[in-house]
Amino acid sequence: MALKLDDVQRAAHLARIAVDETEAKAVLAQLTRVFELIEQMRAVDVSGIEPMAHAQDLMLRPRPDQVTEQDQHRRFQQVAPEVENGLYLVPRVIE
Amino acid sequence: MSNATLKELSAQLAAGACSSVELAQDYINKINKINKSLGCYITVDAQRTLEQAKAADARRAAGDAVPLTGVPLAHKDIFCAEGWLTTCGSKMLSNFVAPYDAHVVERCSAAGMVTLGKTNMDEFAMGSSNETSHFGPVRNPWNTATVPGGSSGGSAAAVAALLAPAATGTDTGGSIRQPASLTGICGLKPTYGLVSRYGMIAFASSLDQAGPMAHTAEDLGLLLNVMAGHDPRDSTSLVRPAEDYNRDLARPVSGLRIGLPREFFAAGLAPEVQRAVDAAVAEYRKLGATVVEIGLPNMQLSVPVYYVLAPAEASSNLSRYDGVRYGHRAAEYADLMDMYKRTRAEGFGAEVRRRILIGTYVLSHGYYDAYYIHAQKLRRLIARDFTEAFKQCDVIMGPTSPTTAFRLGEKSADPVQMYLSDIYTIAVNLAGLPGMSIPCGFDGGGLPVGLQIIGNYFDEARMLNVAHQYQQVTDWHRRAPQGVS
Repeated sequence: MALKLDDVQRAAHLARIAVDETEAKAVLAQLTRVFELIEQMRAVDVSGIEPMAHAQDLMLRPRPDQVTEQDQHRRFQQVAPEVENGLYLVPRVIE
Repeated sequence: MSNATLKELSAQLAAGACSSVELAQDYINKINKINKSLGCYITVDAQRTLEQAKAADARRAAGDAVPLTGVPLAHKDIFCAEGWLTTCGSKMLSNFVAPYDAHVVERCSAAGMVTLGKTNMDEFAMGSSNETSHFGPVRNPWNTATVPGGSSGGSAAAVAALLAPAATGTDTGGSIRQPASLTGICGLKPTYGLVSRYGMIAFASSLDQAGPMAHTAEDLGLLLNVMAGHDPRDSTSLVRPAEDYNRDLARPVSGLRIGLPREFFAAGLAPEVQRAVDAAVAEYRKLGATVVEIGLPNMQLSVPVYYVLAPAEASSNLSRYDGVRYGHRAAEYADLMDMYKRTRAEGFGAEVRRRILIGTYVLSHGYYDAYYIHAQKLRRLIARDFTEAFKQCDVIMGPTSPTTAFRLGEKSADPVQMYLSDIYTIAVNLAGLPGMSIPCGFDGGGLPVGLQIIGNYFDEARMLNVAHQYQQVTDWHRRAPQGVS
């Protein structure tokens, strides 16, 4: 199944990455090569095999529902692009 | 002093032959002299380093020292270190000063180790040559026209060039072992879950694992003793009793059963690499090991499987870089959507954008089962191959990389060629097994060759034993490139 320019543009939109048409075309050429490689694995019959989501089939541990972190928002917001009154500022969404 | 191992430095400090401050200053001087031409470090901060060294000397004077107290090391710039610029090799995080320590950094500091700086790497650990770094490439100290491998290329080159006695690295598809191989040093990727991923910037969470890089197997064990251990803040961190990974170093290897996968010695392997690996196996036979041919029939699928799973996990992990809470934000934008899109287009380099797009595509509606679930099923087949193989052998050996270091720019135009340089390492990550690379010779051009040793789950102590015994009868690990010592 060949990848199309539309596919690249749709994925770029879903991934929230701006691409103009020239770049999308260049990316398409490279991704086409990568997907040729990926297609090799699609030919293999995997019926009856359980998907392996993780390196080891262990149950993730639940932890007690307790507060373990202190409020450190000032410290963490020091690295934010734009903050006011403890809130992250973004462009207006609702007029 | 600066070509010493961790063990030797630890002994010198204990004997009072030098202070931690003197040692740190020595490395800082060398870094100031050579780093510019090699690009190993993204950030050095002599003042901070010397403060840590002073504290280590005080700790020793107070009688509180443990083996690695006062010994310096470098951290890959993927580990958050409080107060240090932590960039992950990306423009996206080029202004990010970490507000906390990664578990690995915390453990090293608790042992009194001194941070020399943060090492260069492929952007977000996506690369096999260190050429995708926003901060420029790293050059291989054995031949500066060649790459050091990646993604832990800065860590590997720093150790090889004697700009650090050891370094931390991370390995998602070979990112510790391949650069270790290409720069003639030792590197170990532990069993998945042994070292906490807390504060280690995520690439592909089900594959990422941190590990040590150093000159000798014994040093890897010393550093792993510090790095490994349970951490409740990483839900995949395993609860296991503490162990001394160097406990079996002295054990003879007679009777060791070495498995050689025929798939590792097939087409694509450079003859000079094969010669060096064959010679290493012959050395093990002399030490009394036996050799059995094994098969890993699904191994050739590991590269395509990896290039579905790793980008899928990455596309999800990297969605956090949106220009809102930290990192780069575009200067100009029309609205919120435009801000996200421009921020991410500007902040990520070409390879990272490419992998995010692959991951987004394979996870998108209508393709999820055909790509992502299919790849997860094949991952199980690849892991099963190893389980079967370990019924016949104690360790698996082969080349770490199909070639020695390639030239800068040689593979950067074709992503698939670059991806294939991890053909022998990726399957180990998919299975979650421990793997390591140790130097085992040189090609005709004087570039190092690495021997890969793959162990069964939690068999790090045996792997270090196997590597250490080889290093007692060979001196490849003692060689240093010209012009660095």
